[in-house]
Amino acid sequence: MQLRVRALESILTEKGYVDPASLDLLVETYEKKIGPRNGAHIVAHAWVDAGFRERLFKDATSAVHELGYGGRGGEHLQALENTPKRHNIVVCTLCSCYPWPVLGLPPVWYKSAPYRSRTVIDPRGVLRDFGVELPAETEVRVWDSTAELRYMVVPMRPAGTDGWSEERLAELVTRDSMIGTGLAKRPEQVK
Amino acid sequence: MNGAQDMGGMQGFGPVVKEPNEPVFHDDWERRAFALTMAMGATGLWNIDIGRAARESLPPAQYLTNSYYKIWFTALEKLIAERGLVAPDEVAAGKALHPAKPVRTAKPQDIAKLIDNGTPYTRTPPAPARFKVGERVRAKVMNPATHTRLPRYVRGHTGIVEHVRGCHSFPDSCATGRGENPQWLYTVSFSGRELWGAEADASVKVSVDAWEPYLEPA
Repeated sequence: MQLRVRALESILTEKGYVDPASLDLLVETYEKKIGPRNGAHIVAHAWVDAGFRERLFKDATSAVHELGYGGRGGEHLQALENTPKRHNIVVCTLCSCYPWPVLGLPPVWYKSAPYRSRTVIDPRGVLRDFGVELPAETEVRVWDSTAELRYMVVPMRPAGTDGWSEERLAELVTRDSMIGTGLAKRPEQVK
Repeated sequence: MNGAQDMGGMQGFGPVVKEPNEPVFHDDWERRAFALTMAMGATGLWNIDIGRAARESLPPAQYLTNSYYKIWFTALEKLIAERGLVAPDEVAAGKALHPAKPVRTAKPQDIAKLIDNGTPYTRTPPAPARFKVGERVRAKVMNPATHTRLPRYVRGHTGIVEHVRGCHSFPDSCATGRGENPQWLYTVSFSGRELWGAEADASVKVSVDAWEPYLEPA
């Protein structure tokens, strides 16, 4: 693949269809600048600021813009609230739709056939692959991203974190907890 | 189209395997394939739906065995070839042999704007929404041979409109050069048992985002 990709890049550059400096910038942005830390910041902020939390569930696109996030792949963002009664999990069965501005590019497993095929028919089985076992009475709500809406899960704030700063809380928020294949870390998991 | 991309509900692929400390890209060609896809997309020569349609039309055996970036890159090669941007003899020679077509090239100074602005898909509604929140709707039984975003596993099943999401450009039209044809978009939820039968987990609910032409009253 290396040779095939390099050859095409070189022809496209020679013909002026792409600018290699633009390609470098695209790679740098998505490899270094945009990632799940953005989402963790948003979730931690929602845990400490009730007003922001309300705005986030009402209009996530505008709310995350307050914190400086948004743009491509997050034009129509929706935040999903996990509660003791309902656990949300996000999938794109048809391709790889994922909220880029808040989580970065998706991991390989998110784009893989096992995840895309099974999450809609056996979400609890998928959760078990991630080591997550939910109470039988919890509703498991699967969101298949079939349009340009992009979903992020707001996990429940773990017990024992009263009085924690937003920065410290953000360390508990994993990428998987914002896809719904995980839960936020417990305080003892980050010590 | 009923291609290999429409895999919701298929069985036998095995467990989801998570890679510890997964890097954003696994190889340098993945970096370049990603950036080339983005940069060529920014020329405006095709839209996101045409791009998805190109990936989905790969033969199923190929789609299911190639890595995701390989699927992206193969589709990109196809889109470029179809538009005559690079000729087969140029691919064979590994260099440009013919004059370039006029193309809007994404310059480094355009990239931040491209990423920060994104491309919103909401449009002015041509008519009022047909369905309202709480209404029962059925996903139509349909099998278009061209691009669609209604997965097979919901077709023919009855769900509830949970949200009305505004009017969005319609992929089935956009992918086939029939214009944006904006349509109302709804989040429709289905019970696990409605989709998968009486033995299915009663605590599961699944939603899709469905454009109005995909739905009928139930």
